Formats: sequence, structure tokens, C-alpha cells
Amino acid sequence: MSAKVDIEFTVNGAVRQVSVPADMSALDMLRDQLDLKGAKEACGEGECGACTIIVDDASVCSCLMYAADCDGRTIETIEGVQTVDGLDPIQQAFVDQGAVQCGYCTPGMVMQAKHMLAKNPNPTEGDIQRGLEGNVCRCTGYRKIFDAVAEAARS
Amino acid sequence: MSNIENYLAPSSIEDAAAALAAGPATIVAGGTDLMLQTGSGQKTYAPTLINIQKITEMRGISKDGDTIRIGALTTITDLLTDAIIAEHLPVLATMADKFASDQIRNASSIGGNICNASPAGDSIVPMLMYKAEVVLVASTGTRKVPLNEFFTGPGKSVIQENELLIGVDIAVPPAGFKGGFGKFGPRPALEIAMASVSVGGVVKDGVISDVRVAFGAVAPTPIRSAETEVALEGKKLDEETISAAGEVASSSVNPITDVRASDWYRRHLIRVMTEEILNDVS
Ligand SMILES: Cc1cc2nc3c(=O)[nH]c(=O)nc-3n(C[C@H](O)[C@H](O)[C@H](O)COP(=O)(O)OP(=O)(O)OC[C@H]3O[C@@H](n4cnc5c(N)ncnc54)[C@H](O)[C@@H]3O)c2cc1C
Repeated sequence: MSAKVDIEFTVNGAVRQVSVPADMSALDMLRDQLDLKGAKEACGEGECGACTIIVDDASVCSCLMYAADCDGRTIETIEGVQTVDGLDPIQQAFVDQGAVQCGYCTPGMVMQAKHMLAKNPNPTEGDIQRGLEGNVCRCTGYRKIFDAVAEAARS
Repeated sequence: MSNIENYLAPSSIEDAAAALAAGPATIVAGGTDLMLQTGSGQKTYAPTLINIQKITEMRGISKDGDTIRIGALTTITDLLTDAIIAEHLPVLATMADKFASDQIRNASSIGGNICNASPAGDSIVPMLMYKAEVVLVASTGTRKVPLNEFFTGPGKSVIQENELLIGVDIAVPPAGFKGGFGKFGPRPALEIAMASVSVGGVVKDGVISDVRVAFGAVAPTPIRSAETEVALEGKKLDEETISAAGEVASSSVNPITDVRASDWYRRHLIRVMTEEILNDVS
């Protein structure tokens, strides 16, 4: 067994304290210790983006981040995107455009789109495609996903 | 099974160096290589895991006189947007634009890319072209090693167990310096290079001098190509010189055949990308 590390960080606006094995990934910590099951594991190698979360204003693959490295950071997951008023405009655009098929890639797509639009509020079609190049949709529903992100940018 | 007995997250270079002096340790920065390599069993953890991400003095790009320091924790994304890089070392931004995906660029550090010592490590190739030096710190002192003397084989370098790479130093290139970077894989994103090339030099009145040429993924380590540099030095950058340089470049390398490309194809890519960059800068 690896040494345990006590960490404290902010996730979706709430301060959390957990004790994690030193070799655990942030993804496993979020899913198994905090019961935040929105971020998904698909490839486990950083190629697919299904586990994308936002850490201190940068999107990362949580499967490759050490849970212990969350200490002191501010983290946003798909569970924190919805507001009391309802869906985030990006989520709403995914619904409106029919951009969700099996749904497995959707949390990662929404988080990466959120990060991209925060950096570049007026993306071109090319910017959207490049921004999402680290996210795979195995249903291959990219057209509607790109349209949803474009709609979210307009709204 | 993992055997990490001790986890440390020092906030200064001094504390990290002291921790490294205390016994065998594994360093982690962004974790994008380490998590995968330990997960697959390719690498095992030392008893102590040292997370260096809290050492803020190791992140960022600064210019002191004619020397630019890129801190080891600077991310690939930082290279895309930094004003010093854009003005003085633009080929590093060109490289960053061809690196992985946004999520991986956000997590990947320059120090990790160098210390992972992959023959295909993308940032290494333009840094060889810019004649970078790595800065290594141990509790006993600091030393600088030219990047082209740093690598000893795939995954191997001259860094010692008690040393931390704190950054790279690059001299501001001379006036009139132009360069480029090319990387080839089956698709534009998330690819390990089948071959990569960086060429630079001072271009004045159509003549190129102070030529530096570097290749990735065609030898056990990223390399400088002295032969190609000689073929170009002091020459007029016309069609004849460029095609001759492409020929020298492709015959100067001795790549392997593997699942990603044959040796023939890698040599072909080296020629084409060398010629493309020379056409761009001429
Ligand atoms: C999906 C995917 C795509 C990728 N695409 C590319 C690509 O296009 N091009 C490319 O070149 N690479 C690519 N990589 C590889 C990887 O992302 C890079 O090598 C990255 O720069 C590593 O940085 P890191 O901070 O994550 O390193 P880590 O994984 O934290 O560390 C890597 C190694 O370096 C050591 N180390 C780290 N920092 C230091 C330091 N300061 N001093 C001493 N030792 C240190 C660690 O002990 C470890 O052995 C990719 C990886 C993934 C998962």
C-alpha cells in the first residue's frame, strides 16, 4: 500500500478534505471518494478526454493527474456546471442541438467546451474543432457537438 | 503494486534538493508520462514521491540580459501565449501548437518533456536548435549541461538521482534569425512524431549562417545534425542548396522501423520537412 496523503481543496465551490493514496489519480478520487461520477474513465491514457475537469482555470485529463496534486487547488467538475437557475448555456445547447447520443463523452466535452469558451468566447468552426481535438465521441456525433458549442458561444 | 512510502510536496527548490539528497525518490510534475509509465509497469516508484508542482519559482519564462530562462514547470500551453517566446523563440510556440491536445498541453511541463527523454519528445527538437542548456540543481550545487550532451539513450540522460532540473537557458538568437519546426504523424492532434525537424539560422541577403538543425524520432535520442548544418552554412538559400540539404539530411540519419513508420519513410519525412522549413525561411 502506498502512503496516504491528506489533502484539502475546493471542488465545485465547496472545500473538501480527503486522505488519498499517493499514487491515486484525481479521477479515482473524485469518483470513488467524493462520489462525483460525472467525469468518466474511458481510455485511461489521456487520449479521449472523457475525464476532463477544470483545475485552476485549465482543463486537464483527471486520469493522468495525481489526486495528491489537487491539494490547495480549485477544481470544477461537470457536477458544478449547472446553476440554481438550471442548465449552463453549454449544457442547454447540447440538448437543443441533439449533441448527446450514448452520453459517455458528454461530461468531458462540456468541460472542455467550457474551458475553451472561457479562453476564446468567439471561436471559429476551426477553433472549436481544434479545442475539442482531445475529446473522442465513439458515437462519432461530432457535427452536432460542434454545432452545440457554436450555439453556446452565440448565446 | 506500488511502494510509495513517503509523499512530499516541497515549495522551494532548496527543499526539493534536500529531499532528493535524503534518499531515492521519484519526481512528479504534470504526471502525464509518469502516471502511464507506472500504471503499465514500465517504471516503478522509488520509496519517496516528490511532487514539484508547488515550487512556483520553477514556473514561467523570464529574460535576463541576453538569456531567456524557461522554468521547468512552464507548461506547453504557456509557450503558446507567452510574449517573450513570441518575440524571441517563436519556434517553441510553433512546436506547442503541434503538441498533443489542449488538456495534455495544459498539464505537460517542459521539464517533464525533457526528463522523460523520449527520442520523439517534441519540445526537445526546437530547444536543440536554439542551443538550450539545462540547469540541474542538487543540494551540493548547480550545473549547466548543453541539451545536446544531456541525452544518453531512450528514456536516459545524464541527470543524477539527487538532481532536479529547474529550467532551461537559451541565449537570445542573433538579429535576422529565422527558424521553423515540423512534425509528422497520421493526424494533426495527439500524435507521437514519426519524425520531427527543426532548422534555424541567420538569413541575410538570401544567405544562411549560424545554422542549427535538429531531428526527433530518428535516433535513440533527439539529435543535432552537424552534416546538414555544414551543407547549409554560408550558402545561398536557393533551390539547389535546399534540395542538396534535404538529401544530406535524409542520408545523415539511421532511423529504425517500428509500428509507426519504416526507416525509409522516416528518412523521406526528414528530407521533406527540412526542405519545407528552408523554403519557408528563405
Ligand atoms: C495523450 C498524450 C499525448 C501526448 N502527446 C505528446 C506530444 O505530442 N509530444 C510530446 O513530446 N509528448 C507528448 N506526450 C508525453 C507527455 O505529455 C510529455 O512528455 C510531457 O511534457 C511530460 O510532462 P509532465 O509534466 O507531465 O511530466 P511527468 O510525467 O510529471 O514526468 C516525466 C518524467 O520526468 C521526470 N521529471 C519531471 N520533471 C522533472 C524535473 N523538473 N526534474 C527532474 N525530473 C523531472 C519525472 O520523474 C518523470 O520521469 C503525450 C502524453 C499523453 C498522455
